[in-house]
Amino acid sequence: MVKALVLRAAGTNCDRETMYALEQAGFSVDRVHVFRLMENPAALKDYQFLVIPGGFSYGDDVAAGKILANQMLYRLGDALNDFVAADKLALGICNGFQVMIKAGLLPWGKVEPSSAGRDATLAWNDNGRFEDRWVHMRTDSDRCVFLPKGQIIALPIAHGEGKFVPREPSILDALKAADQIPLRYVDEAGRSGGYPINPNGSTDDIAGLCDPTGRIMGLMPHPERFIDPTQHPQWTRRQDVRDKGIGDGAVFFRRAAEYLS
Amino acid sequence: MLGRIIAKIKALFAGKEAPPAVAPRKDVQSPTPVPQARVQATKPAAPVAATPAPKDAKQQAATVAPVQSPAEAPQVDAVPVYRVEVRSRAQVGDPHAASVAHQIAELGIDTVQSVNFARLFFLIGEVSSADVARVADQLLADRVIEVARVGTSDAGDAALVEVHLKAGVMDPVAASTEKAIRDMGLKIEAVRTARRYELAGPVSEAQRQAIARSLLANAVIEDVHFKAFTPPAVHGHRYTLEIVTVPIRDLDDVALEKLSREGHLFLNLTEMKAIQDHYRQAAREPSDVELEMIAQTWSEHCVHKTFRSDVELKDASGVTIEKITNLIKSTIFGATKELNKPWCISVFEDNAGVIEFDEEHAVCFKVETHNHPSAIEPYGGASTGIGGVLRDPMGTGLGSRPVANTDIFCFGPPDLPASDLPKGVLHPRRVMRGVVGGVRDYGNRMGVPTVNGAVYFDKRYMGNPLVFCGTVGLMPRSMGNKRRPAPGDAIVCVGGRTGRDGIHGATFSSGELTHSHETEFSHAVQIGNAITEKKMLDTILQARDAGLFTAITDCGAGGLSSAVGEMGAELGAEVHLDRVPLKYAGLSYSEIWISEAQERMVLSVPQEKVAAILKVFADEDVEATVIGHFGTDDRTLRLQYQGQTVGEMEMDFLHEGCPRPTKPAVWEQVSRPSPAPPARANYTQVLKDILASPNVASKEWIIRQYDHEVQGGSAVKPLVGVGEDGPGDASVIRPVLSSRKGVALSCGMNPCLGDLDPYASALHAVDEALRNIVCVGGNLDRTAILDNFCWGNCNKPDRMGSFVMAAKACRDAALTYGTPFVSGKDSLNNEFQTDQGQTIAIPPTLLISAISVIDDVGRCVTSDAKAAGNYLFLLGRTGESLGGSHLLMTLGLTSGSDVPQVDMHANLAVMRALQKAIEAGVVASCHDLSEGGLAVAAAELAFSGGLGVDLDLAAVPPAAATTPSTAAKLFAEDAGRFLVEVAPQKYDAFLRLVKDCPVGEVGRVSDTARLIIKGAAGPVVDLTIADAKAAWQGTFKW
Repeated sequence: MVKALVLRAAGTNCDRETMYALEQAGFSVDRVHVFRLMENPAALKDYQFLVIPGGFSYGDDVAAGKILANQMLYRLGDALNDFVAADKLALGICNGFQVMIKAGLLPWGKVEPSSAGRDATLAWNDNGRFEDRWVHMRTDSDRCVFLPKGQIIALPIAHGEGKFVPREPSILDALKAADQIPLRYVDEAGRSGGYPINPNGSTDDIAGLCDPTGRIMGLMPHPERFIDPTQHPQWTRRQDVRDKGIGDGAVFFRRAAEYLS
Repeated sequence: MLGRIIAKIKALFAGKEAPPAVAPRKDVQSPTPVPQARVQATKPAAPVAATPAPKDAKQQAATVAPVQSPAEAPQVDAVPVYRVEVRSRAQVGDPHAASVAHQIAELGIDTVQSVNFARLFFLIGEVSSADVARVADQLLADRVIEVARVGTSDAGDAALVEVHLKAGVMDPVAASTEKAIRDMGLKIEAVRTARRYELAGPVSEAQRQAIARSLLANAVIEDVHFKAFTPPAVHGHRYTLEIVTVPIRDLDDVALEKLSREGHLFLNLTEMKAIQDHYRQAAREPSDVELEMIAQTWSEHCVHKTFRSDVELKDASGVTIEKITNLIKSTIFGATKELNKPWCISVFEDNAGVIEFDEEHAVCFKVETHNHPSAIEPYGGASTGIGGVLRDPMGTGLGSRPVANTDIFCFGPPDLPASDLPKGVLHPRRVMRGVVGGVRDYGNRMGVPTVNGAVYFDKRYMGNPLVFCGTVGLMPRSMGNKRRPAPGDAIVCVGGRTGRDGIHGATFSSGELTHSHETEFSHAVQIGNAITEKKMLDTILQARDAGLFTAITDCGAGGLSSAVGEMGAELGAEVHLDRVPLKYAGLSYSEIWISEAQERMVLSVPQEKVAAILKVFADEDVEATVIGHFGTDDRTLRLQYQGQTVGEMEMDFLHEGCPRPTKPAVWEQVSRPSPAPPARANYTQVLKDILASPNVASKEWIIRQYDHEVQGGSAVKPLVGVGEDGPGDASVIRPVLSSRKGVALSCGMNPCLGDLDPYASALHAVDEALRNIVCVGGNLDRTAILDNFCWGNCNKPDRMGSFVMAAKACRDAALTYGTPFVSGKDSLNNEFQTDQGQTIAIPPTLLISAISVIDDVGRCVTSDAKAAGNYLFLLGRTGESLGGSHLLMTLGLTSGSDVPQVDMHANLAVMRALQKAIEAGVVASCHDLSEGGLAVAAAELAFSGGLGVDLDLAAVPPAAATTPSTAAKLFAEDAGRFLVEVAPQKYDAFLRLVKDCPVGEVGRVSDTARLIIKGAAGPVVDLTIADAKAAWQGTFKW
């Protein structure tokens, strides 16, 4: 079986359901504390898929994901850069996305202190609040390993700091040119719009990013929270949701399993 | 002599004797630091970001200068303190600053044009300027949207407010920042944080004061500075052991009462005399820590002595109606014992009630209150409230994993004019914002979904808000029973460190609040750190699964004293208080023992497993310390400090010695009819007003701030319907992801009825909680309930009388509905004394929480209308009584005592039939009738589904021998009623299943997007669902 590592740290709290979603997709999963990796960074070599799940790593003190990102930059940089250089996959969900972008894994796939967090960030939601709600997204990238292009999917968000902000317009242009924007907030019919269609004010409605190879992805919504129809907020009134028999979030883990096997 | 002793005791108990943890400071508004052992050297530096500095260096130096007192000679061991300011780049915008500006406008101050906000970090240690610049740029600021500046910027013409935590108050951000700086390879001694607000626009001094005190800072835990302030490097003082004994044997009654009062023991004279007798027999005087321990163990909060007391109940003329032995045993406990459900695993003996979930798992549920701390520091009080109740399931059986939270609040009116606010009381709006924020930040960080709740408003909650927090835990079935330590087991204290926070929390919560409590009891407020608790939970579950401990309990009210005292009740224990890890030096042995510092638990660990368990904790950076062992030769509890015995306690006296006098109670149910509301031709506006009334209005603003889906088991969410914003009746989660089984959670509460008819009010609360369970597809045969009583001062016979009536109703309801109580808690003395000497008691408030195990969540039902053309049935009968209804409240009419009576047998039959109908799959939607009656339920069902509803009141089944008015049919709040939607093809099947129930075919779901309710002479309600929804959603669009 393909081995996945679900990284956890103090304050990680979506690790169990992420592990369950991975197992349902056929992975052999270990939940590993970041201290164990810091003691033995080489252990990362045993895994083909690194998942950084949601939560409040270190309380999101200073900024969301910042302290765990700092540990990756200063204690795990080489191991992560080797992992990325191999033909492996990494997925950051919610807090995991925040960690990836602050550690430099996104958008450029390079864990290095001077460049990490320089070109883009995830800022406080426009309404200044943590918010839990369901959103729709359009899959927009050919490059991204985790998603087929051209679909509308529904997933929940639950975050306070999820507004994607590039340092300057040229960064956004570069991301578009390299097909690194696999997920944009839209309504169910695929139209873009203001709040709450775009729930946090993200630039260009960006909900998720991938690196130039398409093998590293981060997103604010939670795919592990929609792998069963009863997790959908309208399953009691929508036959189409019940008939699918599976949630939209499962695709991330299935496609990862297909790529790696 | 005695006076001097008492004065000393008072000082000790108030925590004023021990030296402060940091060098004392002058008036906080003074810009000049006071002399101290080590001097800070604030080093101005150029801004590190590329953007131009807002002010030139000369101005900067000028603002820095006052921080460094020229009068002080720098000392050899001076530790540099670097000040770093982080603020949003101008072009990015700052939602927090915008929110503060909005709240300032809400205060009625319209001259503030904009708010500029900065986070402040103070880095204390021998670090080079270059490294400080690197930390500021790479760690503290988000380089894309923020700019960091080392040094102090000039606020210019703006009114400046800086908010700094008081010394000794826990600062989680600072602790995390310290770790991160060390991860960068730098040596840092300490970090502190603060917030800075620059208010642009003409702001008078009085306005600045008002904004700072009522919006930006809480005086209980924070200091306000109106000039830039850099805190000194902190350093604790040593504590020198001084064993304090308190002469008690020779005190007379007056002196005993004075000792209780001034020592904040909150014990009555009978109890003080029992203590005196005990020490006379022992032929010695107690030490201070012994007295503290007795006061804590005997406090209302810990022992529930009112609920356990014998009661003599009299009517208004003084005739004894009934003598009750041990009120709780003869009511709540008695009902559970009589029901004797085999699926109840552990009831009323552990930190939470435990019931069977499936063959492998059990679930436990506990609901707590955290009222008094939330009154004076809403954010901290509520966050430690949720933090505390989370530890209850963690400390139940061999420990469970929290899987869901609930929260129910009672506040003063949110639109209360500031001039009506009594002295010493925070505005309800601020209390509400703070409480919601506290639950949000703690619950979300713990990764526990907050799935169910309610909010009620009444003027009498103004000085005494109620904050109920509940937690459900999941554990292996075999670990559900309560455990005891074995003799010789090590006492391991795990989690957070012990500080002076929370001293006297248990005794404080047992007394009345007064306008001076804010200052007197500020040390009773505890500050939470959710991540410390999360780490502790992660590791405790590993230790549990590895079988490394024999028993566990949480350090809640009463701290180590309560936890170790309770675990060691049968064995005794020896505790070395000098081994307890402290947040800062200077705590006395007594303070260590009674501190209610958060995020701590106590485990009993077999000696041969101590090394293994300490490794489990150390591996994830969780502090754990062996502080003694259970079991002493004479079964006493022995407290030691540096090898000396500082306290000794016989466990029998501690746990059984509290006198249990008979409490007088008076109750006579008055019969006072409500005024009949004037008849109207049309009730559309009345309906809109009720929909917009705070108790009924949408709480989406709160619900969305909670992560209600974390852990991935969400099956019925708190918000339902086509817009995902309609009101659900109960929430359902799947705690075991690989199983289809679910847990439904609901609540019932009727503070509007409490003082009109406490007996009926309690029946209504139970009925409502069960209705909500049944509505979503819950199973009444696997439903357990919890009680939380919040009452006024029950030493007053009338309050005790209504308390007794509610307790009796709980027994009757549990027995009739067949739903056992498995856990509960009471918070009495919820009264507030104004500075005018007026006492405001809260309305008698009983919260009933219900938990039900559901076999297949795939059969659950929600309350939103599903399809036009479906039939609508009303189950249950409607009477004429309007006492306590939201109709009267909204019309401004004073309610009589004619609360609708509850026919429990009839209601049970309806619930059972409905449960069968839902199980059979013939129900499309189902909504219970509660606040606002049929009209509100129909409106909610309609707009949640985005569909119209046509109703005809002629089909409403009337209660026996009544002819309810149109107003009553629309808005009466009789229990036991449901609005049920059934598809045409299920019509016959449904009617067959409910054939023995009162049922009326009241209407249809339509595609008109209007709610039309027909009375005898045409429509009495007619509005669009958009209008109804707008009214319902408009109140709390904060």
